[in-house]
Amino acid sequence: MSLAARWRDSALVVAAILALWQAINLVGGDNLMTSPLATVQHAADMVGQARFWPHLRETVTAYLAALAIAVFGGIGFGVLLGAHRLTGEVAEPIFVALYSIPKVTLYPVILLAFGLGIQAKIAFGALHGIIPIVIFSLNAVRQVNRTWLRTARTMSLTPMQTVRHVIIPATVPEIFSGLRVGAALTLLGTMLGELFASQRGLGFLLMTAIDLHDVKTIMAIALLITLFSVAMNAAMLALDRRLHARF
Amino acid sequence: MSSDGASVHAALVGVTRVYPARAGQPPVHALGPLDLELQRGEFFSVVGPSGCGKSTLVDVLGGLAPPSQGEALFEGKVLGSTVPDGVGVVFQEDASFPWLTVWENVAFGLRRRGTDAAEIRRRVDYALGFMGLQGFAKAYPAQLSGGMRQRVCIARTLVMQPRLILLDEPFGALDQQTRLLMGDELLRLWRETGATVVLITHALDEANLLSDRIGVLSARPGCFIAIVETGWSRDRDSTLAEDPRFGAVTARLWAYLRPESLRALGQQAPAVPDTLRSAAE
Repeated sequence: MSLAARWRDSALVVAAILALWQAINLVGGDNLMTSPLATVQHAADMVGQARFWPHLRETVTAYLAALAIAVFGGIGFGVLLGAHRLTGEVAEPIFVALYSIPKVTLYPVILLAFGLGIQAKIAFGALHGIIPIVIFSLNAVRQVNRTWLRTARTMSLTPMQTVRHVIIPATVPEIFSGLRVGAALTLLGTMLGELFASQRGLGFLLMTAIDLHDVKTIMAIALLITLFSVAMNAAMLALDRRLHARF
Repeated sequence: MSSDGASVHAALVGVTRVYPARAGQPPVHALGPLDLELQRGEFFSVVGPSGCGKSTLVDVLGGLAPPSQGEALFEGKVLGSTVPDGVGVVFQEDASFPWLTVWENVAFGLRRRGTDAAEIRRRVDYALGFMGLQGFAKAYPAQLSGGMRQRVCIARTLVMQPRLILLDEPFGALDQQTRLLMGDELLRLWRETGATVVLITHALDEANLLSDRIGVLSARPGCFIAIVETGWSRDRDSTLAEDPRFGAVTARLWAYLRPESLRALGQQAPAVPDTLRSAAE
């Protein structure tokens, strides 16, 4: 598909969503869903207010911390487990099983362990993101073509050179795919963590708005989060495609 | 071994290779005992039934895996489990690195070795020209056919200026016509570099066409049951297939190999016909 065609298709999808959104507003009224235009205006107002920023900062801080744990922990664990064949074979089904557990059920445990502060959100976000990153990294290392490693030996590469010039370039595309999935799930986990038993953050604003039946604010926050996550995913997907292009 | 002069380039002395027992399976005796002396600058091929340890032989000769017993020697030195300088290996599977361009693939070994940039450029450009790849220097392997990618791998070995080149079924994945042309290029490379070449193949006519001598391996554990000398001139090429003597050599190889191939298939092997056996000796 050409670039122009891809842009055109994306524009069509966005237009369709906006049309549907507007239609729901026309049929159900402002108490069901505010119109796209009103939502954008309210989002802009909120961003302009000083009291909004501590909440945003809280969410961003929690997300970045959770992401750092998920990324470093996930790649570290995945590479270690993947490097040894037997441990990889034992660990993979365990992580796949963990992946399929609805982790919300573990939230009470997280709360008991970490309390009501930012730590619980970070832990919950990291818990969501780390598992796909482990699985992807583990498979990336396990599936490094053995002929490439043998080639490295025939050229008398040192172990460090083999890691740097063969194993890393061979595994980066697959690990990056894991990061893309992991980043999206970390955001999900962090937001879920904020929805319950928290006193700050976008998730807290959202819950407060739900209690007050403040539809405008609900829609505005949903819009901000959606824009952020779609933009992040699109950027990572584009990079992901480029990394995989030659394999 | 080194007592019989400078003409012996690489050798196997009483080499066996046994893979140790693994999870509920007995140890596998893959190879040997084998004795072999490779003359400097000769083209030696190894044929044998599938699963007879041909690739294991490459591992031992190249220092990729140490023999379980006996010794492998290269230029008078005993090999262990590192590949010595001067030995190049080309594998059956596509071993080109997909994240590097053709040029970078070929330069890979020299760069890791720290050769100076001008020398790398000179040698890589020469190797690309030699293998007919000059127009593809900036292409990535994914944009090339299987035959072209195997050329990249051969060029990558060639730039290291190996004195012993081991090829483990390098044309196994290619079609017959490409194989014949690649064979001609391999002969040209062999003549021009003066390197000793060991080719592992399952194609009898390919072994016949390219080689000075052909070692026939038995079914596992692989041992040499015959070493056939072809007697072709040094400037041979694929037109040799028209020569009536060519068919006779292939027939001789098959006469040795047929019972072994049947044995590898787990069947009862009929004896080699006497007429063919005497022709081989």
